[in-house]
Amino acid sequence: MTAMAILTASDEAAVRKEFERFGPHPVKLTVFSQELVAGDLCRQNEQLVREVAGLCDRIAVEVLNPAIDRERAAAYGVDLVPAIAVEGARDYGIRFFGVPLGYEFTNLVDSIIVASTGEPALEEETKTALGGLARPVHIQVFSTPT
Amino acid sequence: MRLAQHMAVAAKGVRADCIEAGEFPELAQRYRVMAVPKVVINDRVEFEGALPEREFLQAVLRAVGDGPEPAA
Repeated sequence: MTAMAILTASDEAAVRKEFERFGPHPVKLTVFSQELVAGDLCRQNEQLVREVAGLCDRIAVEVLNPAIDRERAAAYGVDLVPAIAVEGARDYGIRFFGVPLGYEFTNLVDSIIVASTGEPALEEETKTALGGLARPVHIQVFSTPT
Repeated sequence: MRLAQHMAVAAKGVRADCIEAGEFPELAQRYRVMAVPKVVINDRVEFEGALPEREFLQAVLRAVGDGPEPAA
């Protein structure tokens, strides 16, 4: 049985347009799902990721269950579901917790593109300052889909 | 928020979590999320709303103790 598509035809067209900026590195989206914890949301999240990946042959998808693939989920620093890790040439530490719809969806697509290019759209001054950080930085951005 | 993810790509030690507040009420409560977007950096510095790049960077630097102290 195929669930109804999340992305509309116009969403797909917009994402394909964005993917014209896809960079030299393939992108891997690791989806974290756990049926017993949040079945509906995890299924929706996984479906969304597969629909996005279906629009670009340079995006690979892997699904992990943190209850089973414990060590790998821990290595990704993921202890909540649903979640997505966006990786390009390396694991940049980009994570989405919850189904990224609405505004967050735009962010997911943008994250895929920046992971594929490895070139952040930041001022030189910002990049220099970040390069000199002595300690790890954990940025949490709370958002809503609307 | 776009800036956080781009910062994560820019520097190895930066991790950017984008959290759907409605799906994780316990987390939203722990960080007292009343309005979105709300940004929390290293559990030390937090702000609501979108900041321009330069101010966002200052918040990051404050969070790791490398920047100017926030005005009292």
